[in-house]
Amino acid sequence: MAETKAKRFSFLEFKGTAENYLFIFPAVAIFAVFYIYPFYEILNLSFHEWDGIGLTRTFIGLGNFKEIMQDKVWWTSMWHAGYITLIALIFQNALAFGLALSCDRDIRARKFYRVVFYLPPVLSEVVVGLIWQWILHSGIQSGEPIGLLNFFLTKAHLNHLVHNWLSDPKTALTCIALVHSWKGFGWGFIIMLAGLQTIDRQLYEAARVDGAGPFRTLKDITIPMMVPVFLMVMILTILGSMQVFVLVLSMVGQGLVYHTEVPVTRILLSMTGLSRFGYACAQGIVFGFILIVSSFTLNKISKRFKQDEAR
Amino acid sequence: MLNRFKAKSVIQSIFLHTLLMAVAITCLFPLIWMFRSALMTNETVFVDKALIPASIHFENFYLAWTKGGFGMYFINSVIYTVSVVFGIVMVASLAAYAFSRLDFPGKNFFFYMFLAAMMIPLPGSFVPLYVLMNKLHLANTRIGYILCMINVGLSLSIYILKTFFDKMSPALEDAARMDGCSKLGIWRHVALPLARPAIAVIVIFNTLNVWNEYILATLLLNDKNLMPLQRGLMVFQGSHSTDYPLLMAGLSITALPVILVYLFMQKHIIKGLSAGAIAG
Repeated sequence: MAETKAKRFSFLEFKGTAENYLFIFPAVAIFAVFYIYPFYEILNLSFHEWDGIGLTRTFIGLGNFKEIMQDKVWWTSMWHAGYITLIALIFQNALAFGLALSCDRDIRARKFYRVVFYLPPVLSEVVVGLIWQWILHSGIQSGEPIGLLNFFLTKAHLNHLVHNWLSDPKTALTCIALVHSWKGFGWGFIIMLAGLQTIDRQLYEAARVDGAGPFRTLKDITIPMMVPVFLMVMILTILGSMQVFVLVLSMVGQGLVYHTEVPVTRILLSMTGLSRFGYACAQGIVFGFILIVSSFTLNKISKRFKQDEAR
Repeated sequence: MLNRFKAKSVIQSIFLHTLLMAVAITCLFPLIWMFRSALMTNETVFVDKALIPASIHFENFYLAWTKGGFGMYFINSVIYTVSVVFGIVMVASLAAYAFSRLDFPGKNFFFYMFLAAMMIPLPGSFVPLYVLMNKLHLANTRIGYILCMINVGLSLSIYILKTFFDKMSPALEDAARMDGCSKLGIWRHVALPLARPAIAVIVIFNTLNVWNEYILATLLLNDKNLMPLQRGLMVFQGSHSTDYPLLMAGLSITALPVILVYLFMQKHIIKGLSAGAIAG
């Protein structure tokens, strides 16, 4: 009697647990098929040479990785992404912080600015890229410059500044980096503003009573309090800017333009252009590894800062 | 003394507003230029550079919608966005509810699995995904693209919902259980309605994400009838003599819904972003 009761109880328990698994089943199933399997496949393919169609995949061990080490165009593309990231880190984040500081006080139209600054980040990279590639266009039609920038430069009699912005290797990457920063600063602005608003107003009050000027306050209160937010914004800026590529495709297109190649456009080219799926996967792994290491390092630094603060 | 202080603060505020306004104008100008140019013709667009064109033409929108195929692209984008967002809300809220409220072996393992996927960047994951979709005969189908996109938004949505459920008081759910409500019933009738603020955040972020997605749509969908807006727009990139008013009309059709959703929902968006930032 007691035994059957125990059995029935454990059966109920089993049924309950099974029921609980049903809740996560759809999520786990989708995740397994569309994330875990591709994850395994990208590792697996990176050791093979495969054209994406044929039935045979040739195992070549570390061949793809060795080739990547000597692939000059690949490392140049990495440097290009690094350049875009550097401009985003400095220009985009400085602008975001400056604007956040300006809005972290009682000024008129604060809401308006907040809404407008976050407008570029909600647009797609395709839309942003196509609008800007027209503004920066260097062609001439009906005797007038097609691009708005060159048009204004001509009208302002600054003809010596008229330029092939997107086709000149010297300016193309900078233009892309600036448009990328234009699209991204509003995001940094919102996060930094939220960070600034968590700082206790009494600290500022106390500093003012002690006779500290605005620059002292900024240097000794605001900036030290914002370090964790800065580091988080930096990590996300690096991850986002290194992987930029749709903006590149929509501003200058793909192929023949080596001076604007970034790692993801290289991966795309290895896959769709050269039909070297194994090589594309190996490139993805090398790139992913670099991203993980850099964000992990910054995370470590940010943890150390937090510990120092607690001490 | 007081006057000098006042004058200083007036000058300061003029300076600040000039700076903020200048940046605001650079944000708005390209968009205004896009809408304005969409209302011109191929003949006037290179000549008339006034902010408000001399003659206004709405034909471009009609042409883009019909001949340009943007009507079809638009409907496709709506289909993908609605189904992906609905799928994510269902799948993620079920899982998040289990991770927060129910108990089963391996719970933490599964939750950290989703968390890890959120943290590990996997550039080039579109390569094996493309291979997989071909293997499953899901390439060039709506359902294939929808499933891929559900997976893209899944981890973050589960995380946001789980944190929300963790903070939510279980009192109402306990009451429902007392009344003999099943677990699924509690999820459907008690937990989901209470989680409305978190679901709003998920809906908005995923809507923007799916509407703006480009690379998977390009790789997985070859059939013109299945393409969403972002893919349709890229036809213009690199073509030699671009019909700019038509392109700008296409861009406006693509951007306008996003801008409207953003303007109506900006409170949720900014709240979600700031909350996420401080939690992170």
